[in-house]
Amino acid sequence: MTVSTVGVPAPSELPAAGPAFGGAGSSRFKRAGNYVALIPFHAYVGLFLLFPTLVVAIGAFTTNKGQLTLDNIGAVFATKAFIDSFAVSIQLAVVTALIGAILGALLSWAVVRGNPNGALRQLVVAACGVLAQFGGVMLTFAFLAFVGYEGMLTLFIRDNITHTRMDMSWVYSLTGLIMLYAYFQIPLMLIVFLPSLDGLRQEWYDASASLGGGAWSFWRHVGGPILAPSFLGALLLLFTNAFSAYATAQALISQGCGLVTQQIACQIQSEVMIGRENVGKALALGMIIIVATVMLLYAYIQRRASRWVK
Amino acid sequence: MTATTPEPAASGLGVAVVFEEMHRWYGPVHALDGLSISIAPGELIALLGPSGCGKTTALRALGGLDEVDHGRILVGGKDVTGVPTNKRNMGIVFQSYSLFPNMTARDNVSYGLRLRGVDAKARKKKAEETLDLVGLAVQADRYPHQMSGGQQQRVALARALAIEPSVLLLDEPLSALDAKVRRQLREEIRRIQIMVGITTLFVTHDQEEALAMGDRVGVMSAGRLEQIAAPVELYERPQTRFVAEFVGLTNRIPAKTDGTDVDVLGRRIPLLPGASDRGVVQALVRPENVRVTPAENGSSRVLAVSFLGALCRAQVALPDETIVVAQMAASESSGLYPGVAVDLAVAPAPVFVVAN
Amino acid sequence: MSGSVNTQLGAAAPGGGALLARPKGAGRGRRSSRSQTIARYLILIFILGYLIVPLFASLEFATRGDFDKTTKTFGRSLASFAAIFTYPNLIDSIVASLQIAALTVFGMLLLLVPTMVWTIVRVPRMRRVVEFLCLLPLAIPAIVIVVGVGPIYRWIGQNLGAVGASPLTLALIDIILVLPYSYRALDSSLRGIDTGTLSDASRSLGAGWPRTILQVIVPNIRGGILSASVLAIALVLGEFTISSLLSFNTVQVVIFLLGHRDAYVAVAVSLTALFFAFALLFAIARFAPGAASRAQRVVEEPAA
Repeated sequence: MTVSTVGVPAPSELPAAGPAFGGAGSSRFKRAGNYVALIPFHAYVGLFLLFPTLVVAIGAFTTNKGQLTLDNIGAVFATKAFIDSFAVSIQLAVVTALIGAILGALLSWAVVRGNPNGALRQLVVAACGVLAQFGGVMLTFAFLAFVGYEGMLTLFIRDNITHTRMDMSWVYSLTGLIMLYAYFQIPLMLIVFLPSLDGLRQEWYDASASLGGGAWSFWRHVGGPILAPSFLGALLLLFTNAFSAYATAQALISQGCGLVTQQIACQIQSEVMIGRENVGKALALGMIIIVATVMLLYAYIQRRASRWVK
Repeated sequence: MTATTPEPAASGLGVAVVFEEMHRWYGPVHALDGLSISIAPGELIALLGPSGCGKTTALRALGGLDEVDHGRILVGGKDVTGVPTNKRNMGIVFQSYSLFPNMTARDNVSYGLRLRGVDAKARKKKAEETLDLVGLAVQADRYPHQMSGGQQQRVALARALAIEPSVLLLDEPLSALDAKVRRQLREEIRRIQIMVGITTLFVTHDQEEALAMGDRVGVMSAGRLEQIAAPVELYERPQTRFVAEFVGLTNRIPAKTDGTDVDVLGRRIPLLPGASDRGVVQALVRPENVRVTPAENGSSRVLAVSFLGALCRAQVALPDETIVVAQMAASESSGLYPGVAVDLAVAPAPVFVVAN
Repeated sequence: MSGSVNTQLGAAAPGGGALLARPKGAGRGRRSSRSQTIARYLILIFILGYLIVPLFASLEFATRGDFDKTTKTFGRSLASFAAIFTYPNLIDSIVASLQIAALTVFGMLLLLVPTMVWTIVRVPRMRRVVEFLCLLPLAIPAIVIVVGVGPIYRWIGQNLGAVGASPLTLALIDIILVLPYSYRALDSSLRGIDTGTLSDASRSLGAGWPRTILQVIVPNIRGGILSASVLAIALVLGEFTISSLLSFNTVQVVIFLLGHRDAYVAVAVSLTALFFAFALLFAIARFAPGAASRAQRVVEEPAA
């Protein structure tokens, strides 16, 4: 009986052994202790990110009294304005993601070919950082100062070319929104894509050239395939970014409920219709589902397109 | 500059390569300062020098990756100076990470053939032959990240050889590998090069590598060729101070010279041509040319002894506290311990001298 | 002797430096460069032009003075910029937003730095999970969080009195919003140092975890902390969706309302804010994390 305990160290010895062996995790207690230190982070993310998401998901299927119902979802599909808002938002996100990704990739290429420590690159990166993440409302005002009713271009054309008041209502339509979104989509693409372009090694180009390849062969067989996964990833991020945007559209067309995000905001701000409190949550759930679908699609393509990635 | 006339190392596909008076400036830096070399068909020339001496610039110029500001490059008698890289038909192996990460070993090797419009079947056959040549036929379907550094460089070599290039350019291909793989791979590269008979320019900063692989070794410094000669000659009869100091381990021992002979440690030995200093100088003596004998009333003292397998190296302090390293067969080192008094002498091999 | 060798090496080393420091694309385009150079400049001119023109228009718009009917031009005046200070709401909101930003940065660092260090050193298998959670906000639109966070804010408002009504509580969600960006900045700088060995060394010398993190890890990832913080500040100062829908008067909300009252002042504020944000980011790009690349530049210059 006493003999059998000899091989097993007394529990009090265990903590002392831990630090000496670094991260080896010499006991089950110790290992569990390692996870305990991560609790604050998980608790916080759980409370302020996962819980709200769960509230949305559950709320979409319940009445305000907590009973299960499909009425909220039904209301989304039955209301033309809701369906239209999804269509407009998706259209806007797709178009501006494509524009942003293509123009942003070209801009990144033009910037990368310069001196990596040069002022041009640092200027462009800093400016794009501001436009991509800081903008929203303020970008809209800058845009209106350019092409709004009293904008610089509008007045210039009126005073010097047409001499009559121009119809600038297109600025406040989908066309205007697309132009406006380009002001943060292109910079965001640059920020996201620049590191991938930096990762293209000069040796690959040299090797391709020495084997007889010109610029076209390099981009087609080497550069293109290598960049494809990150380009695709950036495209997805741009889609999500535009699809989730609210401030910009709200500042341009403040009475509008044209986009899904604006529809949701309208629902939040006018929770008056009895029995329909949770329609906003159903709309929000719709957004989550669309973004999640795109993400899964992306993950699938990514896995197929990049077998060579570690 | 050329001490011996180049002789072909092997008969094969090799073509002659000539650098004529090449100059290259990067801003104010003169990276190539009138470099002229002629390489015989099938010969392997190793360019050796400290980083920034211009050796890589010379290689890139031959490969067409960099242009020269002045001078000509002849390959097989034809002037290729203005020809772009992708029309030069040179096989280049880079330092590391040059394999296309999105292609398997086989696809990497057949890339050049694909660009030449070779059909898929012939491409596959050639790729497999070439991979077999470097001993990697079984790894053909692996991606670069699934291979070790040594394997990656073998694939890079196969890729360069698959297009049957006129010249093979090796730009420090071993420098990112660890010592053992390095030694193994350098012997293999040399074996393949001789077998294929291809003219090769090999750039390195590792003198052991250069001396082991080159038919001739060119030592470069500050954009100029200091000396180009067979390895033995370079080691035993350096023509400039830079070469004498850069190649091999060297002691500096106080000496006196009259311009033809030199007195070192009480012995009179011949002076190598090219040393211009006179009077009190320092002689550059190889460790294996220093003889150490234990002597009770010797004026020098052994400081430390280290065994390197078959060889043995002893650090000895002269009366004036100059430290000299001597190297001998391990069997000749008996009686040498730290603190022992010894006599030093130098072998009668010609030496180079430098001013104090 | 040593003198001449030094000159040789001295002359030689910068040659290597110049080679290494050569712009990435220089060798690439050396022979076919002309058309590519033209393409590059066209791209720079058109795309950058597109991005810059509205900012220029803002400057023109915000400095408009009286309209002269005969010449059909505006006079120039800084009145709109001066008027910024006549809106106490605006000043208050700027102060509030800065406070929220400070709280957000503090909370973000407190939450992320120990957690990330711990996952690297002790529980590497959790690294993926932490990364996933940090990047998740990119996939969950802010407006969805607003919809779902209602119950929490209702509880805070009812139970925490004055604190609960303060816009500072926005920091709680803003921390979530900045996670993806801050995580990436911190992650890249933690990858750059050998976190495991550093903390083993520190702890073998007798330091506990708090001291190890604060005095050993943190000083070594200053660059990452700086950029994580700057990104967080920019995001908080630019945040509109959540504060507007939870009815807190942050700077963006006030600028938005101002846009309906006095467009000239709103544009003047926007331009000023954009400019300050830009100057901050540029200064950091140029002076802080670029310290290493600047050192390289010093190496290649003495050749002249």
